[in-house]
Amino acid sequence: MSDDPTDGGPEGDDEPTGDDRTGTDHAHPPREYSTYDQARWSQDGVYEPLLSEKDSTTVAIGGDGDRDDTDDGETDSPLPDNLTRDSLELPGLAEPTVARHYVRLSEMNYGVESGPFPLGSCTMKYNPKFTEDLARRPSAAVHPDRSARTVQGVLGVMHGLQDYLARIGGMDAVTLQPPAGAAGEFTGIQIARAYHEANGEERTEVVVPESAHGTNFATAAMVGFDVVELPSADDGRVDLDALRAAVGPDTAALMLTNPNTLGLFERDIEEIAEIVHDAGGLLYYDGANLNALLGRARPGDMGFDVMHYNVHKTFATPHGGGGPGAGPVGVTDELAPFLPTPHVRKASDREGGDFELAEPEDTIGKVHGFQGNWPVCLKAYAYIARLGDPGLRDASAKAVLNANYLASQIDYEVPYGPFHHEFVASAGDADAADVAKRMLDYGVHPPTTKWPETVDEALMTEPTEVESKDSLDDLAAAFDAVAGEDEATVAAAPKRTAARRIDQVAAARSPRLSWHDLDR
Amino acid sequence: MWDGAIGGGNSPLRMTRNTQGSPYAPHTDAETAAMLDAVGVDSEAALFDIPDGVAFDGAFDIPAQNEGAVRRDVGRTLDRTDDLTEFLGRGHYAHYVPSLVDDIARRQEFLTSYTQYQPEVAQGFLQALFEYQSTLVELTGLDVANCSMYDAASALGEAATLSQRVRSVSGDRVLVPENLREGKRATLEQYARGPDLTVDTYPTAEGTADVAALRERLDGDVAMVYAETPTVCGAIEENLDAIGDAAADHDALYVLGSDPVALALLERPADVGADVVVGEAGVLGVGATYGMGLGLFVTREEYLRQVPGRLVGVAEDATDRRAYTLTLQTREQHIRKERATSNICTNQAWLALRAAVHAALLGPDGLVDLAEECVRLPRDLAARLTEISGIQAPVNDRHHFREFLAHTDQPAAAVASDLEAEGYAVHVVDEHHIQVCVTDANAHAVDGFVAAMAEVA
Repeated sequence: MSDDPTDGGPEGDDEPTGDDRTGTDHAHPPREYSTYDQARWSQDGVYEPLLSEKDSTTVAIGGDGDRDDTDDGETDSPLPDNLTRDSLELPGLAEPTVARHYVRLSEMNYGVESGPFPLGSCTMKYNPKFTEDLARRPSAAVHPDRSARTVQGVLGVMHGLQDYLARIGGMDAVTLQPPAGAAGEFTGIQIARAYHEANGEERTEVVVPESAHGTNFATAAMVGFDVVELPSADDGRVDLDALRAAVGPDTAALMLTNPNTLGLFERDIEEIAEIVHDAGGLLYYDGANLNALLGRARPGDMGFDVMHYNVHKTFATPHGGGGPGAGPVGVTDELAPFLPTPHVRKASDREGGDFELAEPEDTIGKVHGFQGNWPVCLKAYAYIARLGDPGLRDASAKAVLNANYLASQIDYEVPYGPFHHEFVASAGDADAADVAKRMLDYGVHPPTTKWPETVDEALMTEPTEVESKDSLDDLAAAFDAVAGEDEATVAAAPKRTAARRIDQVAAARSPRLSWHDLDR
Repeated sequence: MWDGAIGGGNSPLRMTRNTQGSPYAPHTDAETAAMLDAVGVDSEAALFDIPDGVAFDGAFDIPAQNEGAVRRDVGRTLDRTDDLTEFLGRGHYAHYVPSLVDDIARRQEFLTSYTQYQPEVAQGFLQALFEYQSTLVELTGLDVANCSMYDAASALGEAATLSQRVRSVSGDRVLVPENLREGKRATLEQYARGPDLTVDTYPTAEGTADVAALRERLDGDVAMVYAETPTVCGAIEENLDAIGDAAADHDALYVLGSDPVALALLERPADVGADVVVGEAGVLGVGATYGMGLGLFVTREEYLRQVPGRLVGVAEDATDRRAYTLTLQTREQHIRKERATSNICTNQAWLALRAAVHAALLGPDGLVDLAEECVRLPRDLAARLTEISGIQAPVNDRHHFREFLAHTDQPAAAVASDLEAEGYAVHVVDEHHIQVCVTDANAHAVDGFVAAMAEVA
């Protein structure tokens, strides 16, 4: 293998040169695909050197630490030696050097504004800039221990978002405390546990469809439940007979994503709700795919008792390379007394302001040290206020249209339908992970791969409403270009990205997790 | 209105965008029509497979607004919050955040990207997270830092469940200081519920651990001993070693709570026997955010396979160059499902980037200087406050970091309320105690604060 990272660049022998399918019998008119050369800084066998390779400075720490002496010199520690460390060794770099370092790193990172980002189940929307400006407003940057009377602006926005989310989900009450989707699940399942306990029932099982997000299984286990995995029916939806067999007096809840991870609406949702409720269980809605349903259907109307919203998916707050998000939880009136504390509500007595913090009667307690990811919630509120009814309804319409259009333009089998905001294509005989790597060379982010396992070599694709027809055509061209390539080319990809194919297996075999481990 | 007759890429008949829908859906009516045609349906509604019984045909009654109107409206609501100078801490701290932090963090390549499932196009974020992990490893002296937990409280919860998992014999109690912040304790109890852990407390004296009393509470059933430095009231713990010895004597995991500014100056956790360090890393790069956190989680290599959350490691790419990737993902929910170490998926990665940039800007000199300022500022302020009749500060006979308790002869609530009227916010801790926090972010306001206190005390 060539040692030259520019291999595969403009001079590379397998350089994509445009559409080579002219004259072949394709369903769609051929389109020239885009190519992409990501920035690649490189020096001495590494890409951008680590901060620690640019400088290492050791500061010695010491002093008499006389507590009454307030006039210690700058060289002396204000603490006695027995309370301090001996030294600290870190990079010490000037601001221009630090700025250049991080700008170079940013150039070696792909974002939503770089190109299409159709990761299934992730809802990678464009993140409006004005919401960032609002989140940086000084009046939003306050301490959580201020008296409620003095933070009416914060509480007003929080109350507004609770109200909007309740309307959108068809729920009666909403908490904003959970800081992420999985934290929302944790909150919702704790509420289910507390609800059953309050009814004097010890229910030990949570039912989760086999195609559900991994967090559902992990959440149920963390809350102390046994997980009952529910096999799918042949059509990719919940198998009602299997559900009937799975639920019973031990069932605390069924966790369901709708549309499910194949993008399919659970058409039998009313019967599913009846089966679960008849068994005495609660129905939990995983909000990961709510973008498909905005203004079209509401979990509350489908019989769900408790749900979480992923505001970093559905409501366009930035994913930030893995967070922060927020996972508000909505519940029916019956479950509202169990919500986390404190809860924002309209004040009973206006003297302290319009909004107040209250402890729900049977609260499960807290799921976050303070009140969750407030700036993220603020951005979500602004997004919803911008879109309003027509925008929210159009978001689901265009998200579903985009998924259907894209699927119609690619030469891959999509075994399950009718799908909504996302579809799961099969890479067939090819390795889906390899296909994804090769797609990177065509200037698009690939789909989620190899999951759900109900589809062989799955390519789980969610373009969201923010892609135009043009960019979907680009994306389709990238899919199809890879499909037409030989196995060796695909297996050697990517070649045009900052780093070439990374050996993740070897990395896990000998973990090096800090710059202190580099010589291992 | 512009009809798009010039330009327009592949759509010579481009129409004006649909102003009735989402401003972030780029479709023109002509494109929508072409796409519907390609799919073979005549309307978007026809694509939805929703039974009539559950279809929603109502309205949310949320009006659409243009961007300027939303900024004005939401801005006006936000500005109903009072403009107070905060002397508040107790787990949520503000330090000055340099402008470069915002500038770097707002670059769309960082802000809008996803978790790094395709490392070849995400080297930048991965390297930044690797540097964040490395900085925490240096600060703690332990081996393995993850990319982040939600906040200090959830990191403590995760440490408690880890302590139970790694124990060779069963242990169902965890011990925390009696003065632990209520929100942290309540969150810990939430995490403790599933694995049936009992949260018990041990007494404190002068704001720090009462080690003799702690020893009395310890037995073979204790899986974790938790201590903090600085503690919730700003006292620097003087017996970190002895607490570690007590925990080790009973085979309990020693979990220490701190933050990266304090750790730049205070005893290195590895040197006092800590097994896990948790706490709030958002003291760097984040500022006051009504409580949003950045949970730090660092531990020994022997617990590597039990660590919750994401880990970035060094890898090699096809050219044998050093690269970075998420690693050891078999611990995580998307692979291991109900046997995962935690359900955490989305975390606080962008805040870890911010903290890393801030730490890089400070460097070791700047970090140590900032930490020393966090000792001097409260010392000086307490000395000034205690000269005021009716105030005694600090209450605890300890060195302090950022904050301290003050005794008020007047009811504390009345003092705080009067201060609020003067434009200052402090904590009311109990009937006659307030808590005051001072850092580089509010030090400029100390003179005015002291004058106000002299008025109201």
